[in-house]
This record gives sequence, structure tokens and C-alpha cells, in this order.
Amino acid sequence: MPFDPTPSDPRSWLFTTPQGLYCAPGDFHIDPAWAVKRAVVTHGHGDHARAGHGATLATRETIEIMKVRFGEELGVTQGVRYGETVGIGDVDVRLVPAGHILGSAQIVLDWRGARIVVSGDFKRRRDPTCPAFEPVTCDVFITEATFALPVFRHPPDSYEIGRLLQSIKTFPERCHLVGVYALGKCQRVIRLLREAGYDGRIWLHGALVSLCDLYKREGIDLGDIAPVGEMGRNPKDDLFGRDVFKGAIVLCPPGALADRWSRRFPDPLPVAASGWMRVRARARQRGAELPLVISDHADWDELRRTVRDVQAPKLWVTHGREDALVHQARSMGVEAEALHVAGREEEGA
Amino acid sequence: MQRFAELLDSLAFQPARNAKLRLITTYLAATPDPDRGYALAALTGTLDLPNAKPALLREFGVQRLGETLFTLSYDYVGDLAETLSLIWDAYVDPDGEAAGSRAGHNRPPPSLGEVVDRLRLTSKRETPQLIERWLDELDATGRWALIKLVTGALRVGVSARLAKQAAADLGSVSIDDVEEVWHGLKPPYKSLFDWLTKGAPRPAVSGTTAVFRPLMLANPLDEAELPTFDPLAYRAEWKWDGIRVQLAAGGEQRRIFTRGGDDATAAFPDIVEAMEFDAVLDGELLVAHPSSGTLAIAPFNDLQQRLNRKTITPKILRDFPAHVRLYDALFLGGEDLRALNFDERRARLESWFGERPRGPFDLSPLIGFATWDELTALRAGARAAEIEGLMLKRADSAYVAGRPKGPWFKWKRAALTADCVLMYAQRGHGKRSSYYSDYTFGCWRGEELVPVGKAYSGFTDEELLRLDKWVRDHTTNRFGPVREVEPGLVLEIAFDAVQRSTRHKSGVAMRFPRVHRIRWDKPHAEADRLDALTRLLPVN
Repeated sequence: MPFDPTPSDPRSWLFTTPQGLYCAPGDFHIDPAWAVKRAVVTHGHGDHARAGHGATLATRETIEIMKVRFGEELGVTQGVRYGETVGIGDVDVRLVPAGHILGSAQIVLDWRGARIVVSGDFKRRRDPTCPAFEPVTCDVFITEATFALPVFRHPPDSYEIGRLLQSIKTFPERCHLVGVYALGKCQRVIRLLREAGYDGRIWLHGALVSLCDLYKREGIDLGDIAPVGEMGRNPKDDLFGRDVFKGAIVLCPPGALADRWSRRFPDPLPVAASGWMRVRARARQRGAELPLVISDHADWDELRRTVRDVQAPKLWVTHGREDALVHQARSMGVEAEALHVAGREEEGA
Repeated sequence: MQRFAELLDSLAFQPARNAKLRLITTYLAATPDPDRGYALAALTGTLDLPNAKPALLREFGVQRLGETLFTLSYDYVGDLAETLSLIWDAYVDPDGEAAGSRAGHNRPPPSLGEVVDRLRLTSKRETPQLIERWLDELDATGRWALIKLVTGALRVGVSARLAKQAAADLGSVSIDDVEEVWHGLKPPYKSLFDWLTKGAPRPAVSGTTAVFRPLMLANPLDEAELPTFDPLAYRAEWKWDGIRVQLAAGGEQRRIFTRGGDDATAAFPDIVEAMEFDAVLDGELLVAHPSSGTLAIAPFNDLQQRLNRKTITPKILRDFPAHVRLYDALFLGGEDLRALNFDERRARLESWFGERPRGPFDLSPLIGFATWDELTALRAGARAAEIEGLMLKRADSAYVAGRPKGPWFKWKRAALTADCVLMYAQRGHGKRSSYYSDYTFGCWRGEELVPVGKAYSGFTDEELLRLDKWVRDHTTNRFGPVREVEPGLVLEIAFDAVQRSTRHKSGVAMRFPRVHRIRWDKPHAEADRLDALTRLLPVN
């Protein structure tokens, strides 16, 4: 602990350690990169939620996700409802919807009249698989900055899903392989397809199945989904016929798009769904023939709007492109600076 | 404009030729005139619009975002057109959900036809305002396409030929029919589409205007078949190592077309200047230095100096003078000779050529021979760098567009081969994207392997599976889509020639390298040394 914590000096009671962001008066870490005694976790993605902590506090949904991912190596867990306040040490901790994925939360920390909000990852637009982000006014807002450049402007989801459905019409004999992250993006894309009226079977790579099952248990209707399993594996095996995949939608982790696994499908058309797809060079790097800009992170406009909505005089900017957002916030009269947290790298979005 | 933008966007991400064709044909079918005609013009490079300078676009960007944010954005994206298209409305509607296309105003985006018409009619001074207004009205993809359109280069991997093929597909006609009428037409090609989609008569082609006539191409000779051919029925010529071109001149027009019908006129003013004739001729474009009454043909490398240049300087013209060696005549003085047989056309070409000043032209000589053995010996003895092999043409062959089976054969010089060691493998594209199918290989220089070339072909699908597995099992390093492999696999590479190269560390580059055999059996230490290749370099 660098010096005595004082409420009026936020850096004195919430700061980074080699394990990650640390709240001194509560003696806990937020989304630590390494195993710690006590962790508060914003959401279930691998770079935020890790196994091995002595005790973990998160939303009930996030705890469920962590159980699926890490089995029983979780130690003590405490699953809370959105809006519920939990006292840890001297600090009141409240989890508020972040709109990123199922269970994702902002961490609101109240200590002796001072309030810091840790956004975790968030977005502002509607997501059929989780409640919407709620802005909470605060003294310090710690924001992510994955897409903090004016070039990142995510188009409406329905427009992007429309492009996928159009492609199936243009190439009805090709299997549309959509690269998505297993947690969040996968289920959101399925829901968006259903909302767009697509009621056909959606096929899943094996790595996506368990989390889809969890979403279903959480009451999110994914419609007719089925694992690909061994189907089409042997090209000479006509029993299952590769024809079922013609014009079909198959979801898989991004890495599987150009993997040997993809060879079983008839003339696969690689689709990637990610905020990075906004930039052509990035999309080409991924080998996508159809890049869809569907992101679970706030884009430039959403970040700016959020900086304004939370009315915080101080903004700390973590992982991503801090420079642009710091510049932007300062021009809006906010005292902004970059905050480097261990274990945060550019991630899929 | 919006639909055209979506087309360009899809094309830019689509590696496969047939899929590109499908995208273009689908667009042409669904889009009314004149937009589809202007789109076709943009794709074939015939849309002549006043250009906007990159500096203007940068200025737009800085005005929108300020220097800091614009620079950060541009640095990240790396492409000016794309940066500008993405940031354009970043501040239009701070309260709304992001990315409303055309947020903040209600004017509908312009159609492609509108864009083209207005750009042509608007003065240079007012063009920036016009572009700015359209950028407001379009969405990000639309803006990107507009900027591409006004800065000249589309770069979506579509050749003029491919776009014409798509038009031909739309009307279920052959591409040769489209080529025949093409150069007589102008954007937006209404008469073309009337013919292709509405049953109107085919647009007329006037006799000798400088239009592209599809070339007649040869098939590779299967040597086993040679003894079954009658030597007296064939004529032989050297196959020159340059670029096949068609010279078309008549009236006021003079044009040079490449094999695929692309217009290369601007790159060869020295040839154009000398095309004082009314004819359509088939020949080989070379760089040749006149020296003491004979012609010294320069290596293919020198010809490359003349290609893909924006400006042709006097120095380039002096150092790399172009020359066309004539093979055939399709039209002379307005008369269509294509139905005549080869001997008749040749006689007409020779007498026509004999009556005029030479300039940078000569005739490709016929090679006399009586038996196949005699010709085989001539072919084996020809080591000059400018000769790629032999052409065999049936004396009775009419000039037929395309690659008919039978009348013409190319009989390339036996390929050279070298045993090289696989060094890097890269993922392929499209159907091959899950395979490491592009191979960089090297030869030994001392104890070190130096890369000498790259090959993508020459193996079967089964061999590709095995190569792919070998690469995955022997990877030592990864760089994005490229894997470095440990030295261990010898590829016998076939190639046509070796050139000097300043780009490769080895100082040499192979011409037309392909995998000849995979030497699973050969120890890599026994692969060829670099000397084996440098010995094959041309002497000059």
C-alpha cells in the first residue's frame, strides 16, 4: 500500500498492483490476472475471470459461467443480484449491469462518501442476452477503451445480420462458417438471427455447446441449435451427407475458421463477427470473406456518451487505445489519464 | 451508390474468381440503368472522372476530428480513404445510438449515376463541396466507395476481363461477343445492357475501329502426340519471351491491348507513335536495343521496367526501347482476315509489312523444318534467353478467339530444375485457406539457406494434404499466416529461367517456378547450392 488511503484521493484507495486493480480499504482485487485472496469479477471472459482465487464475488450468472469454464476449482463463491449491495471491509460493493454479456457488471465502490465505478467491459446498445448498461454517476469512472478511436463506429446489429442472411441467398450452396467467441458473441448472434426471422437449425462447433446450454438454462431462447459433432467428417461417408451444411450457418470459435476442422464443410464461406471487422486490413488478416461488425464493446460514440453520462470529474482509461479517449475526455473538461493494469491485452471483441 | 459500395466491399473480401463473378452478375441483374453501366465502367477502368487529391481528403479529416484524433485514426487504419469513411460522422449525432447511416439529416444518398453525372458537370473549384455533401449522405461503406471512385483506383481484385465476363454471364453470351462490341461502346453502356437483358439487337461493330478482338491462344503440346501429326501441315515460330499484345489502329485511334483485353496504350508511347497504319495485329512486345543493324532483345526484366508506370520519362524510353515482333494479322486496311487460313494471313502480313517503313516492328520469322526430329533438334539447340520455346500452328487454321483445341500448340523449352529446401509455408486463399499451400524455398550458400523463390502449384490434392501436415509437424516459428519450418524437405522445383533480383537475399529470382516433384527421400543437405542457379543467369 503506497500511503494511507483517503477518500478524497482515489489513487490512494484504488490502485494497480502486479496482480491487477486493488481496492485497499476492502482488501480485494477486481478482475485480477493472477490468483488472489479475494476477487470481485466483472464478467466471465477469460482475461477477467480466472480460477484459483480464495473467494470470488460476482453476479450469480457470472459465477455460473465460471463454474462451466473452471469446474469446481473456484474456491468460495458468492453470486449476487444486480443492484444488491455487499459490504467488504469498509467498502460497499454494488454490481450494476454493463450490457457486455450475460452476467456482466460494473463494480460500484462506495467508501466514506467517495464513489469509483469500474466499468469492466461494456456496451450501450441493446443486447437480447443481457440487461442494458446503467450509467451511475461517480467521482472516478474507470473505463475500458478497446475501440476508443473515432474509426470504430459499430453499425446497427440488424444491418450486419441482414448482410449474413443476404450472403446465404447469394451463395446458397456454401456453408457459412461464422467465427464467434464462445461466451456472449455466440449467443448474441444466435438471438439476433432469430430476431431477424431465421428459424433454421444453427450448427455449433463443440467448443460452443456448453455455454449455449448454460444460456438456455438462464432462460435465453436460442431456438434450434445442434452440435456439428462428427457429421461430415469423412468426405466419403455419405451416411450423414455434407449436403446438410449447404447454405447452413455454423458457428465456431474464430480460430477454427481456417483450421483443419473447417475442411469437412462444403465450400465454407468464412464469416467473422467482431468489432475489429470495421477495419479492412484487420478483417483480411482474419481471412474473413464476410466481415460482420458485431461487437460487445462500446464504440467511439458510446464511449463519449458514457463519459458524459456518468458525470465523473475523473476518468481513468484502461486496456485499449487510451490516447484518443484521454484526448477526447480532456476536451470535454474531464481530468483523464491512462491506467495500466496487469494482464490486459487486446482481446477479441 | 449504396448498392455499388456494398458490391465493392464484398468483392474486396472475396478471393475466389467464380464468387466474384456471381457477386457482379447479381448486382448487374438487380440494378437499373444507368447505375449498373457506370458500375461496369468503374470496374473495367473506363469511367473517366475528375480526380480528388489525397491532400484534400486529409484536410477534410483534420477539419472533422482535429489533428490529434485524425492522426491517431489514420495511423491505426493505414489507409486514407478508409480512415475518412469511418470517422466522417463521428460527431454528427453525439446523443444517438452509434452509426446511424446518414445520421443528422434526411437527404437520401446519391445514386451512382447521380455521382457520375454531377462530377462531370461540376467545376473543379466546386468539386470538394460536392464530395463533402455526399460524404454526409452516405454511410461508411458508401463513403469508402465514393472516395475510391474519386481518387481513381478501386483495387478490389477485379480485372476488366472479369467484369466483362460477369456482364456476359448476365446475358448468357460469350465473353468474346462482349469484347467484340466493347470498345465501340461508352459508359453507361445502355445498348450493351439492352442487348444482354432486354432482347435488343447486338450493338454494331464498325470494321476497323481500334477495338479489342479476343486473341487466339495455344494449348501446351503433349510431346507423345507429336509423331501422330503431319509435319507438313504445321508452321513453326519461336515463342518469344515478352508480352503478347494486340495492336489496333484505324481512323484516329491507336490502341495496344494486352492478352486479356486491358488497354496498355499509355505505357508505350514509342510504339503508339509508330502505329501509322489501319490494321489489327498480333505480336509480342519486347524491349530491344538496335545494335549494328541487328536487334538485341533485352531480358524480360527490362520489359518489366516499362510496365505499371505512372509516367514514362524520356530516360525510360531511351534505356528500355519497346519493340513489337509481329505474329499475325487480324485486319488489314479494314478487311477482316480472321477467316483466312494461317498461310494466307501470313502472306498478306508479309506483303503488307514489306511495303512500309519498319519502325519498332519486325516479323517473327518462320522456322523451316521437314521432320519433327529436325524441329526437336532446333528446339534443343536454342538457348537464347529471349526464346521461351516453339509455337506450332496449323497452316490451315483460321484465327479463332479463345483457346481452341488442335490448331495451335506451344512447345516450351524443357524446364530447368533445381532441388531446393522448403523454408517457409503460408496459408493459401479461398478453398486453400486451411492449408499451408504457398511455399518459399531456398538453396545453400555456404552453411546457410537463402530463399530463391516461391511456388504455389505443381502438386496434387493428396500431396497438398501431406505437405500441409509436414509443415504443421515441423514448424519452428510463426509469423501471422506464415510458418517457418526446420530444413528437412526437398522440393524439386521446375522453372523457365533465372533472373537477377535485388529483392531477394540470394540475388536471383526464378521465372515461373512450380513444384515438379516432392523429394521425400532426399536429405536436405544434398539440395542444390546457389551456384547452380547463378550459373544460369543471362550473361549481360
